[in-house]
Amino acid sequence: MTIQTKSNESTSVVLVGVGGQGILLSSAIIAQAAISVGFDVKTYEIHGMAQRGGSVLAQVRYGEKVYSPLIPKGEATVMASLERSEALRYTDYLAPNGLAVVSDQIIIPVTVSSGACAYPDLDEEGLKKFFPNLVYVHAAQQAAELGNPRAANVILLGALSTKLDNLNDQAWESAIQKCVKPKFVDLNMKAFYLGRELAKKN
Amino acid sequence: MEKKLLSGNEAIARGAYEARVSVATGYPGTPSTEILENVSKSYSETVYSEWSPNEKVAFEAAAGATTTGARAITTMKLVGLNVAADPLMTLAYTGVVGGFVAIVADDPGMNSSQNEQDTRLFAHFAKVPVLEPSDSQEAKDFLKAGLELSEKFSTPVILRTTTTISHSRGVVELSDPVELDRVHSFQKNPQRFVPIPAFARQMRVRLEERVEALSDEASQSPLNRVELNASGDRRVGIVTSGASYQFVKEAFPDANILKIGFAYPFPDKLFQDFANQVELLVVVEELEDFMEQHLRAIGIKTVGKKLGSENLVPKYGPLDVDVLLEVRRKLCADPTTSKYFETLEEKPLNTLDKSTIPQLPARPPVLCPGCPHRGVFYALSKLNVVVSGDIGCYSLGVAPPLNCMDTILCMGGGITVAHGMDLAKNDKPVVGIVGDSTFFHSGMTGLMDIVYNKGASTILILDNRITAMTGHQDNPGTGKTITGEETFAADIAQIARALGVKNVVEVNPGNLEETTAALKKAIASDEPEVIVAKKPCPLAYRHERKSYMHVDETKCKKCGMCLKIGCPAIERDANKRVHINDSLCVYCGLCKQVCKFSALDKIDVETSKGGLV
Repeated sequence: MTIQTKSNESTSVVLVGVGGQGILLSSAIIAQAAISVGFDVKTYEIHGMAQRGGSVLAQVRYGEKVYSPLIPKGEATVMASLERSEALRYTDYLAPNGLAVVSDQIIIPVTVSSGACAYPDLDEEGLKKFFPNLVYVHAAQQAAELGNPRAANVILLGALSTKLDNLNDQAWESAIQKCVKPKFVDLNMKAFYLGRELAKKN
Repeated sequence: MEKKLLSGNEAIARGAYEARVSVATGYPGTPSTEILENVSKSYSETVYSEWSPNEKVAFEAAAGATTTGARAITTMKLVGLNVAADPLMTLAYTGVVGGFVAIVADDPGMNSSQNEQDTRLFAHFAKVPVLEPSDSQEAKDFLKAGLELSEKFSTPVILRTTTTISHSRGVVELSDPVELDRVHSFQKNPQRFVPIPAFARQMRVRLEERVEALSDEASQSPLNRVELNASGDRRVGIVTSGASYQFVKEAFPDANILKIGFAYPFPDKLFQDFANQVELLVVVEELEDFMEQHLRAIGIKTVGKKLGSENLVPKYGPLDVDVLLEVRRKLCADPTTSKYFETLEEKPLNTLDKSTIPQLPARPPVLCPGCPHRGVFYALSKLNVVVSGDIGCYSLGVAPPLNCMDTILCMGGGITVAHGMDLAKNDKPVVGIVGDSTFFHSGMTGLMDIVYNKGASTILILDNRITAMTGHQDNPGTGKTITGEETFAADIAQIARALGVKNVVEVNPGNLEETTAALKKAIASDEPEVIVAKKPCPLAYRHERKSYMHVDETKCKKCGMCLKIGCPAIERDANKRVHINDSLCVYCGLCKQVCKFSALDKIDVETSKGGLV
């Protein structure tokens, strides 16, 4: 007889980026959407020293009952990266055939400017080698076209929502309304649905 | 009642409100900081809160409050309890009147700490109960249970969280505040509150009696529970606590579990009962083998940190489901334990060949653009000195390209370690560094020591007007309380003078020339010297953009000098062309000061023709 772990019963989402890019808002919106349809939810994020300009990771898990707030390897249904190369740092988390939504934005770390490290030469084709199921988004540029480059994270959220079919549109919309300031609701709604369209075209 | 998604820290703050805590004190420290922040933000109408200058002060103030019958809590990170250990050890003797809980947040994995000490050992040392919540709901419930336990047994209680508990969010059911209408009135009772030897000896006896009574209480407490599997298979029993419980539930879904929430005094009867029900007892605990050692001591056979002579559950670093799946694989493979376990169905993992992934650039935490510490470290890097550092953002000065922090020991140690090196007549000059909050925390006594004992150290106090690393909390120097109320702002230069330092100067660390000159003068002096490098943290005190930095490509020689200050806003492409990332730059102008070819310039927004790009 073999035993299955409990982990498979939860939906897990990994959000990565560089400190200050706004992944915590995305994490809050997903969690809120999951709560509104009655799921148990846990999230985890990094605080303190690791935050200062470093690589950041937020995790969201939801389901009937969630135990660990930390996502086991190979469990994430979707991963979104607000920075082009950062997704590659966390490939272990992504489930086989999991969806990776990656923004083309590049943030050069000091280790590259100082010459100690090189920034990898990556484009959409390059990333496809590692993420066969990839949505590559010019998120910052498209958010700027919508009126605010800070909405890039919600464009990514819209794209990854295509894989989270246990959360309905009403849940997403009410979560966005709850998590962003009233004057930014319209912008974020547009960003969310733009992200979804981009993923569907893919 | 309403349900909300709360972090462990937010849940504890909520618990303080629901339990009608009167006084909440603390000193910021990751991962504990947000407890008091949330108390002050959301519950200040009924719960008084304050940032204390250090954990000892915080602990003592909360202890004082409880003697009147008020409920009080104090919050700190793991190493904060070292500072507060003195009052803890004796409060255990005198006991409390109103409920008293010290919330101590451990940091397995040292995400933001200088060591990985396990607070459960401290609880054992002080002979006080320790409770370990395993999620946000329990963080709130256990605080309330801890306050009741504290009152029932007149004992201080420690609520121990870990980073995973403090910073993960979970669904929490809220309750109304309890009915508690107390007159806070200290009742004179020297035999109870005055531990002179004659009374302390009696307290000592009562303390041992209390530990025994608490062990019985722990065995019956609902904070500890047995979860037997439905299949009736009693081969394996796992003893676990805190966040580890959640990982055990996923990696060992078929096991019988003794979930410990009230870890000390040890629930001996419960341990015995559970051990008797299962064939193999496995102890899964994060960090020390706290319960495991005790189980062995009372004659219960277990596996835990070791399986035979092999390592099993790691003794350091954080646990998670993957770590425990590896533990399970080892137990399944070992001939002495394999008969107790079913093999785990291995889930398909990502088949990506990791060796094909390009090398990713490291993204270590760095000093932020415009950080006032950067100028200080750059100036120090040009002098042949040893730098004795301290705890705070400035510990990042150790990283390249500044490479400018030689030792760190503890809060306040920047001053005293430098003094010690000077006493030993180190062959190179030494500069001691502390921050503003660190100076108030435990730097002042060290500085007094230098003056009193005729030392000649150079002490550099980095006054960025905020407690920055933990996320910008006010401190005695900022002129504001935790709730934002105006208050007296302690002046570091005046304090240094009052301690007897004759040579005290304030410099602007954004001005390299001024900072370097002050440092050179101080190092050459044979008297104690204090330099206060005063400039606000740009993250805490944001202001409207008035300028931007511009690179004149006709003047830039691509020498890379500007990169030596390690500013994240200065980027260089493959052709060695430097450009300023305008979304990160806060136009502090430090780069302009190091450029020998005047290629970098600070341009006022008003005067620039093209405006901002």
